[in-house]
Amino acid sequence: MTSVAIQNATPPLVKGARATQSTIFLKITMAVSGLIFVGFVLAHMYGNLKAFAGHDDFNHYAEHLRTIGEPILPHAGFLWIARAVLILALVVHVYAAATLWKRAKRARTVRYQVKKHTGAIFASRLMRWGGVTILLFLVWHLLNFTVGKVNVKGGATNDPYNLLVDTFDTWWLTIIYLVAMAMLGAHLHHGIWSATQTLGLTGSERSRKLAKNTAFTLAVIIAGGFSIVPIFVLFGVISK
Amino acid sequence: MRLTLKIWRQSDAAAAGAMHTYEVDDVSEDMSFLEMLDVLNEQLNAKGEEPIAFDSDCREGICGMCGLMINGEAHGPVTTTTCQLHMRTFSDGETITIEPWRSDAFPVLKDLVVDRGSFDRIIQQGGFISVNTGSAPEAHSVQVPKEAADRAFDVATCIGCGACVAACPNGSASLFMGAKITHLGELPQGQAERDIRVVNMVAQHDHEGFGGCTNIGECAAACPKEIPLDVISQLNRDLRTALRHGH
Amino acid sequence: MTDMPDTTLTSDPSHDASGHPATDDAAGYYTPGSPLVDTKAPAGPIDERWQTRKFEARLVNPANRRKLSIIVVGTGLAGSSAAATLGEAGYVVKSFCYQDSPRRAHSIAAQGGINAAKNYKEDGDSVHRLFYDTVKGGDYRSRESNVYRLAEVSTNIIDQCVAQGVPFAREYGGLLDNRSFGGVQVSRTFYARGQTGQQLLIGAYQALERQVAAGTVTTYTRHEMLELIVVDGKARGIIARDMVTGAIETHLADVVVLASGGYGNVFYLSTNAMGCNVTAAWRAHRKGAYMANPCYTQIHPTCIPVSGSHQSKLTLMSESLRNDGRIWVPKNKADCAKDPREIPEEDRDYYLERIYPSFGNLVPRDIASRAAKYQCDDGRGVGPEVDGVRRGVYLDFADAIARLGRDAVEEKYGNLFDMYARITGEDPYVVPMRIYPAVHYVMGGLWVDYDLQSTIPGLFVTGEANFSDHGANRLGASALMQGLADGYFVLPHTIRDYLADGPFEKVAEDHPAVVEARKAVEGRIEHFLTVNGTRSVDSYHRELGNIMWEYCGMERTEDGLKKAIDLIRTLKDDFYRNVKVLGTADSLNQSLEKAGRVADFFELGELMCIDALNRRESCGGHFRAESQTEDGEALRHDDQFAYVAAWEFAGEVPILHKEDLVYTAIEMKQRSYK
Ligand SMILES: Cc1cc2nc3c(=O)[nH]c(=O)nc-3n(C[C@H](O)[C@H](O)[C@H](O)COP(=O)(O)OP(=O)(O)OC[C@H]3O[C@@H](n4cnc5c(N)ncnc54)[C@H](O)[C@@H]3O)c2cc1C
Ligand code: HEM
Ligand code: HEM
Ligand code: SF4
Ligand code: F3S
Ligand code: FES
Repeated sequence: MTSVAIQNATPPLVKGARATQSTIFLKITMAVSGLIFVGFVLAHMYGNLKAFAGHDDFNHYAEHLRTIGEPILPHAGFLWIARAVLILALVVHVYAAATLWKRAKRARTVRYQVKKHTGAIFASRLMRWGGVTILLFLVWHLLNFTVGKVNVKGGATNDPYNLLVDTFDTWWLTIIYLVAMAMLGAHLHHGIWSATQTLGLTGSERSRKLAKNTAFTLAVIIAGGFSIVPIFVLFGVISK
Repeated sequence: MRLTLKIWRQSDAAAAGAMHTYEVDDVSEDMSFLEMLDVLNEQLNAKGEEPIAFDSDCREGICGMCGLMINGEAHGPVTTTTCQLHMRTFSDGETITIEPWRSDAFPVLKDLVVDRGSFDRIIQQGGFISVNTGSAPEAHSVQVPKEAADRAFDVATCIGCGACVAACPNGSASLFMGAKITHLGELPQGQAERDIRVVNMVAQHDHEGFGGCTNIGECAAACPKEIPLDVISQLNRDLRTALRHGH
Repeated sequence: MTDMPDTTLTSDPSHDASGHPATDDAAGYYTPGSPLVDTKAPAGPIDERWQTRKFEARLVNPANRRKLSIIVVGTGLAGSSAAATLGEAGYVVKSFCYQDSPRRAHSIAAQGGINAAKNYKEDGDSVHRLFYDTVKGGDYRSRESNVYRLAEVSTNIIDQCVAQGVPFAREYGGLLDNRSFGGVQVSRTFYARGQTGQQLLIGAYQALERQVAAGTVTTYTRHEMLELIVVDGKARGIIARDMVTGAIETHLADVVVLASGGYGNVFYLSTNAMGCNVTAAWRAHRKGAYMANPCYTQIHPTCIPVSGSHQSKLTLMSESLRNDGRIWVPKNKADCAKDPREIPEEDRDYYLERIYPSFGNLVPRDIASRAAKYQCDDGRGVGPEVDGVRRGVYLDFADAIARLGRDAVEEKYGNLFDMYARITGEDPYVVPMRIYPAVHYVMGGLWVDYDLQSTIPGLFVTGEANFSDHGANRLGASALMQGLADGYFVLPHTIRDYLADGPFEKVAEDHPAVVEARKAVEGRIEHFLTVNGTRSVDSYHRELGNIMWEYCGMERTEDGLKKAIDLIRTLKDDFYRNVKVLGTADSLNQSLEKAGRVADFFELGELMCIDALNRRESCGGHFRAESQTEDGEALRHDDQFAYVAAWEFAGEVPILHKEDLVYTAIEMKQRSYK
């Protein structure tokens, strides 16, 4: 039970309110950072699909990423800017998610004995734990491909294409990735619609439907697009 | 009909509460849900047990006073208020769980009665158009496009019942607030205070301890007046505009 | 009463002021008192009286307003609008309501609309016509000056509400739409779909909350006024119970405004909200405020019939249904239990069309109601038997559907049909609806003068709680108008004349009058909690309601009313000895709240019967079987009863004061709808 003091106190009226201190502002930062992620995963997925083009094309593409913007930017400069933006977005996104999560917990300290979820899609209730899953996945993923370059087959780690194939030749790694992609799909299914709503772009029934359909389509494309590569590797369609 | 009811009982705001089980007989399907509780209360009273406290006033779905969580749904399984829910929706022998609205911004006062004063305080922070009595211009001096007037009306039908908060997994009052923001924001008269209204109302909403909205949509599904989710979009957009205007 | 407005005593109290002998069915039930005169309405042409009064009412210096305090009981249209406006003016205002928010006051339930003499349709409307229609609608039993003022300020109400953002219906050009309502021949009713009361109240509520934020008004929700404090003959505060903690609180002020609504719930079943009660008004009555015309009750013909003994309230369906629906009952009693679709056309009795060929189904509320009652009393009612009688008549849309098509009918009445289906479980597109009259509004209330001040100085009464503007019958869409007129535009002017005498001497919390009021409240509560009898409060309320409905409802007779008085007295005694109220005084206790209200309903019910007994004429909503024309229509007796009956509390036997109704701008006529 909550304390008596809280229950009997009448909160005073807020004075000198600022828009930047509101929950809605937090949500806006979350939507913006989320949309940055969406842009990133779309591009990343497109890059991954180069795996179908074979060893050299894929590696060229990886190399190309490091030369964008040259000579205005130094080698890998664009990549580092992108990384900085992504890291910042991640910090903001996770911070906002955690803050809102905590608020929601405090907003209902006595739970219902029975609660139905009428009107909510399942994905919407998966956002928080789904986000945590994605974060864990990300840590592993970066160890796997970027920071640590772990090759469970013990093969070369300095050849992105080979690393990829070695990784997904391992069935349990593929499973981990596929689970993560399912989570990502769910996160995007609700997240993309949610971001448009948070940004105030869905002020009519039509635009709301459009946003929901777009979110679903993008979620399927992204989760599906990512999943194809590991599956095809596992079944040997893509190989060294 | 014969029913088993599991009902939350709590003697006052400070006390710990618990679920209690009751049996009621002779429930007719023409009864409203609250009339069924009246019957139970008569039986309790006769047995010397204190009747169950619950709120209601108009009993015709307009005052917003009633509101119970029935089998995990705010106002029960039909899109209407608790007072307009009829027993023909249930079947003989059923077990029904009845709980108060759960939100720390709506403290339980007794049994199924909660305090929704936080809604009034949100309105105090700008849910109005400032016009002193007698200072109004002739009504026809402002034209309001019919579409705007109709939309304003549609969302002004909010009865302040709190079902949206009760249903929302985050305990957010965004639908309630969005309805008011949209009602006043659609009308030419509401423009002067538009930015400051949204900033202050949201600040009070947050201050009261309501959760933030993550666009889950259970609120709109529970709303007896079918206020659509569009109003939350409008709310967010108005806040964004206020932000841009430096508030 | 020493503080009353000037009154002159006639030498023979058994004669009214106009010299006619009072017909005395009620002899023995009351004591005749001195006549009553409203001294505040200025003389002169009717269209100048309000201007004159506003000008003559003294002003209060803005700097002094902060030193003057006002209690407003009630947050309906009348109370919210008054509290907001007085707050804006700078007075210190406390506002009370028994609900958990001011926005829930019963005004929220009004459906149809609000009248105003804007003449936007250029169809011949004017202040004078609205005034005329309202007086005539009230069957010439209202006060001319008040009604004229009401019509006059009606236009300001619409301006005010539009500026507040009330979303009235509009036409494509962006201007306000109007409709004609309740059989009136001009379109002067402004509306917001079927939720006009809600939208108007939200406007007033928001204005009120704005003042709360500004610090001029403090709201006390879930607070019930249980006693009026009268010090040296003047209203100086109230005793209220915090309905959550049970604390008995003393609130002192310089004036008290009662805007506590109507008392239709004395009938137990009515279209009023569950909590509507007479306690605030009745407590004031017991302290010296006169109660005027308490028997005038409006019974609305189109309500959903009672479905069983569990019924807790009745639901109104908009009167507009009578525009297209046809009302009938079976000709043969044997058909009453049949499926109505199997009853052939020739066995149906469209009784309104038969009896009132020119108005048909659109006769005024009181006539339609009474006609339905007669059919059911005659054993030709339909629907389920409740207590052995079928109380319902058909309202049939089969013809309308055949003529206009189902879609057109749905377009017009869809939401009402849905509501009906939800409540009854029947589909009105297929099976005719059933309707029956129900108590809807009370025209009676505390007596007030032109300033809306009661016979207790410093006690003002507004909205449905006062008796002033509707006479014996209220026209549709005029209660909302009156509530807002009183609160926004009348009271703020008249109350300042009273407040101009301030600042007033402070009343101490331990003043004997305050202590006495508190003790009275505590004593009553203590009593209810210790009787520990066998019957619930609701069971008494229901029985009282049955008595009132049977004998003081749509048709009243001398014998019936006398019988009712006896029954009420017996039941009241039993109530005080045998009621069972559980729980404690210091917590939220809904049985205890109801016990207090029902106790006051007993006393009110008795007075209503006495008032009805005294008025041996039929006017508006009051139909005395002894006073009808040969063909059964209401018969008014202007020579004997053209007065307001204002009752002074004096224990068992009340004192009757008569205020003569004088018409200078209008001529009295008998109504006829044949
Ligand atoms: C179903 C229905 C439909 C109607 N439709 C129309 C219509 O279309 N047009 C029209 O003109 N009229 C209509 N009316 C009539 C009209 O709604 C009412 O007469 C009017 O709203 C009364 O307003 P009020 O402010 O006087 O009182 P109310 O709105 O009844 O408010 C009473 C207030 O007093 C408070 N109160 C009462 N007792 C106490 C106490 N002891 N202590 C503290 N607070 C107390 C309550 O909390 C409440 O705030 C309708 C009425 C009903 C029932
Ligand atoms: C890295 C890939 C990620 C993408 C593409 C992504 C995308 C999004 C988007 C678009 C939103 C919607 C914002 C809004 O509601 O307005 C969102 C919301 C959210 N995200 Fe992420 N996110 C990602 C990672 C994470 C991570 C790592 C977490 C971890 C904790 C997380 C937790 C959340 C939460 C809690 C929400 C709010 C739920 C909601 O709006 O319903 N997300 N995300
Ligand atoms: C099946 C799915 C995926 C595959 C096959 C895959 C593959 C890769 C590969 C090969 C790299 C290394 C590229 C390089 O070093 O040039 C990489 C980097 C990266 N991936 Fe993935 N990825 C997948 C899904 C994801 C998802 C869902 C996310 C985000 C939520 C993600 C985020 C990243 C990030 C942040 C980097 C590091 C980029 C950098 O900073 O260099 N990946 N991925
Ligand atoms: S938005 Fe709907 S659910 Fe929420 S308070 Fe208003 S009417 Fe109730
Ligand atoms: S359910 Fe809650 S999360 Fe938002 S959309 Fe409704 S307030
Ligand atoms: S009691 Fe008024 S809405 Fe249910």
